[in-house]
Amino acid sequence: MSADALREPATILEVRSLSKRFGGMQAVNGCSLRIAAGSITGLIGPNGAGKSTVFTLISGFLRPDVGEILFDGHRIDGLPAHRVARLGLVRTFQTPRELRELSVLENLMMVPRPQFGESLVGVMLLGSRRVRREEQEIEKRALEVLRTVGLDHQARRRAADLSGGQKKLLEIARCMMCQPRLALLDEPTAGVNPSLINDLVEMIRLLHAGGVTIVIIEHNMNVVMRLCEHVIVLDRGEVMCEGTPEQIQRDERVLAAYLGSVP
Amino acid sequence: MLDFLIAIVTFTAIYAVVSLGLNLQWGQAGLVNLGQVAFFAAGAYTAAILARAGTPFPLAVLAGMVVAALLGALVALITPRLREDYLAIVTLGFAELVRLILLNEKEIGNGPSGINAIPQPLHELFSANYPLFFAFLTVAALIVVYLFNERLRRAPLGRLLRAIREDESVVASIGKSVLAFKVETFSLGAAMAGIAGAFYAAYLTFIAPEMFTASVSIYVLVAVLIAARGSNIGTVLGAVFVSVLLEGTDFIKDYIPFGTGVQIAAVRIIIMGVILMLVVLARYRKVVEG
Repeated sequence: MSADALREPATILEVRSLSKRFGGMQAVNGCSLRIAAGSITGLIGPNGAGKSTVFTLISGFLRPDVGEILFDGHRIDGLPAHRVARLGLVRTFQTPRELRELSVLENLMMVPRPQFGESLVGVMLLGSRRVRREEQEIEKRALEVLRTVGLDHQARRRAADLSGGQKKLLEIARCMMCQPRLALLDEPTAGVNPSLINDLVEMIRLLHAGGVTIVIIEHNMNVVMRLCEHVIVLDRGEVMCEGTPEQIQRDERVLAAYLGSVP
Repeated sequence: MLDFLIAIVTFTAIYAVVSLGLNLQWGQAGLVNLGQVAFFAAGAYTAAILARAGTPFPLAVLAGMVVAALLGALVALITPRLREDYLAIVTLGFAELVRLILLNEKEIGNGPSGINAIPQPLHELFSANYPLFFAFLTVAALIVVYLFNERLRRAPLGRLLRAIREDESVVASIGKSVLAFKVETFSLGAAMAGIAGAFYAAYLTFIAPEMFTASVSIYVLVAVLIAARGSNIGTVLGAVFVSVLLEGTDFIKDYIPFGTGVQIAAVRIIIMGVILMLVVLARYRKVVEG
């Protein structure tokens, strides 16, 4: 590895002057940011700063009005969400989106791609060795992931019957199952009891240790401090400042943005 | 009495196949389709025209299935994002469009007078017992379609379709094309209606646009709605219920001392409407509470 590469880690995601307007509200306003490959970056900011919208734009669920998004040097703005995900950029949802009528195990088993059993030929050949073996492998891997997040005893339960915290775990588990290169985690610890927060932090570390670059929207500053090496602060749809967690905590502008401007 | 029973069985099997198609679309994948009759009609007309031109029955059925599947794919592709509300309107309108085309474009199927003298498969062989033979043939087709649907439900594809029904953005977020699966499923469900249409044409030996009104879509809808969501056996039982209610009451009217035939026909529609409302109310409450 050259000296340059050591000093300047590769950029996995670059966002250039991204904007999105909803009717009269400018949700994202010329937002630009870079995410270093292999990092855990925190995205913080007051309510309504546009954090979730930025995630939604990057992951292709919404199209930006203006701006470019580069994943690994390739433009991905304008690509539909599933194409973005195929490149290895996977998001989680702020409100857990468990597939309610599916079992916890099935919630993960539908993730791997492509599956022969999801084709019409695969339906005809259900029960053939190829489909059965594929299912066995997928099930094995899904159970491993469930064990990692501590949901293995819930595998056969209907996902709708999980507790709020367990649904958060399932959301992380789905992301693990995807084996992404970049994961956008939208408030993974929001509304979760303190002991579970520790578990979630550990799981995010595990995900990271598996080689996944992580961007995390988080309100809990304690979690941000523990996980992130870099923090980006959004306010009114643009980047207000960025730096290490320590730098951000000392920044007066950040304080003012959270507490409201002092006259 | 026996003839009547055989007729009911045949009608029921045909309705059940159309209903199974809708159950695949709606029950499994959550794709609303209020115009299933359009694909039923497409299958019937395609098979009828080909059969009259001397095509063997299996090929005519296959062609009816393919034409219905292609039309299904077309409808799926022209519906913006295949959203539930758009799909309801587009399918309803499309079915009416198909009926009006059949009514007015006389080159296709003689307009309002329809197509008659549609050849029946192996008619010479079973001359006396033909209705019984055809009932068996139709039930056989129902069994094949039923087994296919059951297989699909248990296959990984069924799991994915239910995932789409539950929350399609999750399916997109893991990198699977929701659109592709929806188009495929919608087309498959339409193909099943096409198969049923081909049998319908051969059974009646006469078809006309008036047989393919929106009420057929509603009957099928009721059959699927009274079943537990996505259940194939439930859908078949739903079709039995609907077809007995529709055809069976014709038979009972001779034994009921009050009411004219027209009045009893109206009561049928009322019963159907009440069931539809009750089911929707029950489902809606469940959604709200859930």
